[in-house]
Amino acid sequence: MIDRTPETLRIVNLHVSVAGKEILRGVSLEIRRGEIHALMGPNGSGKTTLGLAVMGHPGYEATAGQVLLDDVNLLELEPHERARAGVFMAFQRPVTIPGVKMADFLRHAVSNVRNPNRKEGEELLPMREFRKELTEQMKALRIDAEFARRYVNDGFSGGEMKRAEILQLAMLRPRFAILDETDSGLDVDAVRLASQSIAQIGGHEMGILIITHHEQLLEHNQPHFTHVMLGGRIVETGGPELARELHKRGYDRLRADYPDAAAVEREMMAVGPKPAVG
Amino acid sequence: MATDLNARADEPRAADPIGEINKYDFRVDERFVFKARKGLDAQIVAEISEMKREPPWMREFRLRALDVFLSKPMPRWGGAINVNFDDIYYYLKPVDHQATSWDDVPEEIKTTFDKLGIPDAEKKYLAGVKAQYESEVVYGSLKEDLSRQGVIFTDTDSAVREYPDLVREHFGTIIPPTDNKFAALNSAVWSGGSFIYVPPGVKVEFPLQAYFRINAANMGQFERTLIIVDEGAQMHYVEGCTAPMYSTESLHSAVVEVIAKRGSRVRYTTIQNWANNIYNLVTKRAVAYGDSLVEWVDGNLGSRLTMKYPAIYLIEPGARGEVLSVAFASAGQHQDAGAKAVHAAPHTSSRIVSKSISKNGGRSSYRGLVKINKGAAKSKANVVCDALILDDRSRSDTYPYIEIEEQDVAIGHEASVSRIGEEQLFYLCSRGLSEPEAAAMIVSGFVEPLVKELPMEYAVEMNRLIQLQMEGTVG
Repeated sequence: MIDRTPETLRIVNLHVSVAGKEILRGVSLEIRRGEIHALMGPNGSGKTTLGLAVMGHPGYEATAGQVLLDDVNLLELEPHERARAGVFMAFQRPVTIPGVKMADFLRHAVSNVRNPNRKEGEELLPMREFRKELTEQMKALRIDAEFARRYVNDGFSGGEMKRAEILQLAMLRPRFAILDETDSGLDVDAVRLASQSIAQIGGHEMGILIITHHEQLLEHNQPHFTHVMLGGRIVETGGPELARELHKRGYDRLRADYPDAAAVEREMMAVGPKPAVG
Repeated sequence: MATDLNARADEPRAADPIGEINKYDFRVDERFVFKARKGLDAQIVAEISEMKREPPWMREFRLRALDVFLSKPMPRWGGAINVNFDDIYYYLKPVDHQATSWDDVPEEIKTTFDKLGIPDAEKKYLAGVKAQYESEVVYGSLKEDLSRQGVIFTDTDSAVREYPDLVREHFGTIIPPTDNKFAALNSAVWSGGSFIYVPPGVKVEFPLQAYFRINAANMGQFERTLIIVDEGAQMHYVEGCTAPMYSTESLHSAVVEVIAKRGSRVRYTTIQNWANNIYNLVTKRAVAYGDSLVEWVDGNLGSRLTMKYPAIYLIEPGARGEVLSVAFASAGQHQDAGAKAVHAAPHTSSRIVSKSISKNGGRSSYRGLVKINKGAAKSKANVVCDALILDDRSRSDTYPYIEIEEQDVAIGHEASVSRIGEEQLFYLCSRGLSEPEAAAMIVSGFVEPLVKELPMEYAVEMNRLIQLQMEGTVG
């Protein structure tokens, strides 16, 4: 386990296969704490795959490369150990856990992440302390109090699911967060609120990788770096101006500039849509 | 008498591969003032009746039931029943008389119930308590305001003597000895159990609880419960059952008869956590009169084999019935559980929700009957059974029987079998939960529809029992 606050999340030449099919073909990326990175790219280019591989989804096999949290190779850790080490992913399509109340789930999650050596059955965060914190965070995110008693993602609207993910981000306070299209399915006002919330939660403490197709989520989270993924690789990295260009003009310029990656993209699309996970 | 209660209950043991050793697995030295010899015959039955100073009609009832038991074959369905009927003690009387104060209960028995939390619960939230130990109820209480209102809560043996007319009018009318082999066995050798009468219009706000404890080895416990809730009255009865683990089998075979008169509401909640050597073969049936509501809430954990199908006969218009059950089958266990709803009058409705969890090679079966008689028009019945299987070695089956003799009815039936989803596990693990913790959380969510129907204290206990069963499931 990691004793001190990790400073960098470094992805080195990462190759990832899903069901034997190579999706990521050598991705490298370094995020320092306090930095915001935007990850853009057309559908199917491998953005979600990168997030799920970093988090340790069992269906996503890292065939080569490393994911380093300072000097710890995350690929050797179980997903729960990665979470406890300070890595978080807000999912694009969070799963439903029927019958499990948000509050119970969050209390377990928070207890584990704040006490990484906790074993099952050991003490949870004291109820009073947890309740107080949850209530404050929900208020800040303008989430109705009744939400805590609802079952995890059960019957949630698209917007509620995304807000629930942001609530988890706020409660777990990871060192590094990957936000996978946390703006999709939200209306304009909700995206603005999400953008503000993420900025507030992140502050200068967190390293954030924001996967998005839209500019608005970045409004309050001006990226220090923008990466563009195409055909399972990061083909270009720039500053905030690159995000603005892609929003305006789309990805055709990149396809023209990187014909090899564009060929991989066509090939992957022909095989079928990306696996329905995450 | 020596007791190693504390040592056994509190010390964690080295090997607990299937999570069966828990706070219920402790035993104290056997004590009795009378113990019938092993085995079953007319002499034993007569002896039990005599010990209880019963009227002749009950003695005759028992002896007739014994003949029925001996003449009926073993059930050819359900689970494998490997019980040697000659190797069981059918009657074990632990004390001379029932106490009305815990101070008068013999020390080791009192300590047992202390450990099970009964006196504590009684103080906090119960309207009345019966504690049965082996064959007899050793302690009983009922809040004074309830007895003033005419509520009767006593053991069935006392009821036979003290309320002979009320008992004789109803006893064995809902479940006659001829109903099935184990109902016949119970009718022959029954001892203990609760007798409850709630007068018209009386609403018993807090639960009445009975706790059934088997302590001795090779013991048969055959309690007999009769509940009559009169017109417009309300009552919630809760029973808990446990036993220590022995290497030989024990038998628990109860009969429960419930009569819900017009406009009454009756809820009967069972949380059983038998040791894994107990055959639990129980017949439970309620008759629901007009506009009454009968609910069975049934949590089945532990036992070698449980065969139990709480039934509701809806015999007048407007009667409603609900059965909500959860069964958890682990290594070496077979939970064959379900429900029966018989619609014998128009405008009646029933709802059956059954959930089962199988792990470590355990087997759970849902077996249910919905019957709508000719003439029971405008009746509604709905059945939902969900099974959760935790590994490849475990098994789940569904045997739904539906018999409809009337056109104008609404019937729904849904069944699902699922495994704990990889995506659900990953989601929870990505939030810092270890895999066993995540699996346990998914399972507790699965049984939540039942747990949320329990009073808070029982909900906490039920969740704890599920957690215990889940320990060591994954990884």
